[in-house]
Amino acid sequence: MDIRPILSTLRRHKIPALLLILEIALTCAIVCNAVFLIGQRLERDKMASGVAEHELVQVQVANIGRPADAKARAQEDLARLRRIPGVTAVALVNQVPFTNSSSNTSIKLDPAQKLPTLNATMYMGEGLIDTFGVRMVAGRDFNADEYLDFDDMKSDPNLQSKVGSLVITQALAERLWPGESALGKKIYLGDTSVRVIGVVQALIRPSLSNGDGTAQWTMIFPLRMSAASASRYVLRAAPGQRARVLGDAAKALRVADPHRIVLSKKTLDDIRSDFFRNDRAMAGILVSVIIALLIVTALGIVGLASFWVAQRRRTIGVRRALGATRRNILNYFQTENFLLATIGIALGMVLAYAINLFLMLHYELPRLPAVYFPVGAIALWLIGQLAVLGPALRAAAVPPVVATRSV
Amino acid sequence: MFGYYLDLALRSLKRNRALTALMVLAIALGIGASMTTLTVLHVLSGDPIPGKSGKLFYPQLDPQDMDGYKPHDDPPAQVSWIDGMALLHAKRARYQALMTGGAVPIQPAQSALDPFFEDARYTTADFFPMFDVPFLYGRGWSAADDEAGARVAVLSRELNDKLFGGKDSTGQTLRMDDVAFRIVGVLDSWRPTPHFYDLYAGSYSSGEGVFVPLTVATDLKFAHNGSTDCWGKGMSDDLKTATCTWLQFWVQLDTPAEVAAYKEFLLNYSREQKALGRFQRPPNVRLHDVMGWLDFNKVVPSDVHLQVWLALGFLLVCLVNTVGLMLAKFLRRSGELGVRRALGASRRSLFAQLLTEAGVVGLVGGTGGLLLALLGLWLVRTQPSDYAALAHLDLPMLLATFAFAVVATTLAGLLPAWRACLIPPALQLKSN
Repeated sequence: MDIRPILSTLRRHKIPALLLILEIALTCAIVCNAVFLIGQRLERDKMASGVAEHELVQVQVANIGRPADAKARAQEDLARLRRIPGVTAVALVNQVPFTNSSSNTSIKLDPAQKLPTLNATMYMGEGLIDTFGVRMVAGRDFNADEYLDFDDMKSDPNLQSKVGSLVITQALAERLWPGESALGKKIYLGDTSVRVIGVVQALIRPSLSNGDGTAQWTMIFPLRMSAASASRYVLRAAPGQRARVLGDAAKALRVADPHRIVLSKKTLDDIRSDFFRNDRAMAGILVSVIIALLIVTALGIVGLASFWVAQRRRTIGVRRALGATRRNILNYFQTENFLLATIGIALGMVLAYAINLFLMLHYELPRLPAVYFPVGAIALWLIGQLAVLGPALRAAAVPPVVATRSV
Repeated sequence: MFGYYLDLALRSLKRNRALTALMVLAIALGIGASMTTLTVLHVLSGDPIPGKSGKLFYPQLDPQDMDGYKPHDDPPAQVSWIDGMALLHAKRARYQALMTGGAVPIQPAQSALDPFFEDARYTTADFFPMFDVPFLYGRGWSAADDEAGARVAVLSRELNDKLFGGKDSTGQTLRMDDVAFRIVGVLDSWRPTPHFYDLYAGSYSSGEGVFVPLTVATDLKFAHNGSTDCWGKGMSDDLKTATCTWLQFWVQLDTPAEVAAYKEFLLNYSREQKALGRFQRPPNVRLHDVMGWLDFNKVVPSDVHLQVWLALGFLLVCLVNTVGLMLAKFLRRSGELGVRRALGASRRSLFAQLLTEAGVVGLVGGTGGLLLALLGLWLVRTQPSDYAALAHLDLPMLLATFAFAVVATTLAGLLPAWRACLIPPALQLKSN
């Protein structure tokens, strides 16, 4: 198909042609970035936690007044929870993934260091690794005799130096000692040092407020919690039993000590779903905007193409009278749209890149990967061709006899 | 003349319903999306305490040791017990209050209600007059109550409704965490948005149900929520002596001179503490006012900003679309316009006529946009975020919607109208 007549026609309709190109470019740029953002949000929603998510439930309780013997209270609670049918493991822990409440500390690799190396989160609780279902990849879990009571340590700071060992995540090990084995290495918390005795595959921080890049900077300490220092009971059970186990666990805890309040009882699946709901909502908003944008652009193309067809009825009639087939006329409008769309898309790519730069600057987003550019291009080519089809068919239906009539 | 143009515009719009509907739809969608996101932004970045936000200040000090010291770093966002109490007792401002958030178990007297946890604020006497907190019954406690460690409490209206059916409960006893408190006051509805005085409690949280004196809450070791940042020896059982910052401190300073004097006082206090050996870092103080403090903490979620940009981008596409459609519409009427020109209408009046038409499209589109914005805000309110419930259209935003729609569409009409006015009258008459 010869595009020269199309170009010369467009040259005589510069403003509408430019407007169409501009609209396609803007839509293309926004769609590229929006699709990228959706990808980011959905990827975040799938972030690995490292725990047996579908098997865990959490019951959080709060005491009224001080429990008389918080350590004994915790042990009795745990014993009662273990007796619930279907429960395979139980732990009283200081924090749980996706609950946003966490304790964190700065660590150093050398006590003489002026600035800390990084900030990592601290998980504590007897049997935590086993109950959470965190996978060990090197070294070992804590032995029963390694555990110290958190309450004792809190009232006597000198005991802090007695905590000799810890387990860290693979990601933290790789960050601290790239390419080396972390086993046996020392980490300093203030003046006290602890030795890495095990490495787990993954265990996500309860809160991602320090950025997703530090999500796996996690340490696990051999500390036993009491009913005064921790409130989160985590139970592991088969997925089908979770609802019943939750109910039984809340009941058991209230029977063990009626002088307390059950703050929440949830499966980890629900806790996780709540944690990422804003991301899913944002992805939903972006999808609706993309759809609305494509519809508006398509309608704009239909409107302008219809106007052109109406304006050129006489010319079309003349062309038909001179021997052009219906297909020629159809192709003419389709090619014209393809040309405009291509220019718009090319401009849109540049604009998409610029928008991405702006977003990178203000919202800490990564660079737009090249794979997203064809997404916008293909979407707009398709939309353009679909939108122009109606008006083009109407143009093709113009009978040659129009040429002989004055309007 | 305007009436005539309006008549012409309506006739013209009626003549080509599909094209008109397309333009109105595009404007309505763009305006609807923009106004939804702008309303959310407007609500979230509003002044929580209008009229007083410029007089309330948030002093910050740097009491940390030299470990991890970097010059030009910001001081900690909260104060320690020792510094907070020292600043409170110095009484260098009109009002000053020290506070932190927490949660307490409430044990209702009537057996029909199970014990439950309620968000609480542990604070000092000036909190109520300083923040202009409205009272339904009774009043706040006094500085003497703070000193004496009086077990008194102030309830929110919601909690009073729940516990006492909305009746005046002052003088009654409320058991919290196994301790009896005397109720001295009940607040009227009060929800500053954002929750500026303690951002750790959630920037848009609904506020606390019960207020008790800080000294009492600390002595009874009531559970404290929010952030505790420690250095040196750090965490210990006794938060009064721990080297941790965990309290918010607010002051009211009425004049710029008072602000300057207070800043000087903070610097002097830091120097003095350094001389005593308690502080080690060079004096590093800040004194943000309410809006400055919210701004510094970037309280408005970044997703909200992103949504505004997205909606404005969408509106831009809709406007470009409208420019194109309007151009097509105006040029299609070249014949009619040529006749009007030939009959003596000036370019100016033609231009005015076409812009009137654009304005009508904007007004109808704006109405549609308003309905869509109401729908959009309803959708926002069904979202899970803690600020969702706040998304309501107010009168200024409602008027802004119409103004925005009409101005945007009229601007979009400028280019097509100008282009259509260039049509020479003779040519059009000839070809007809």
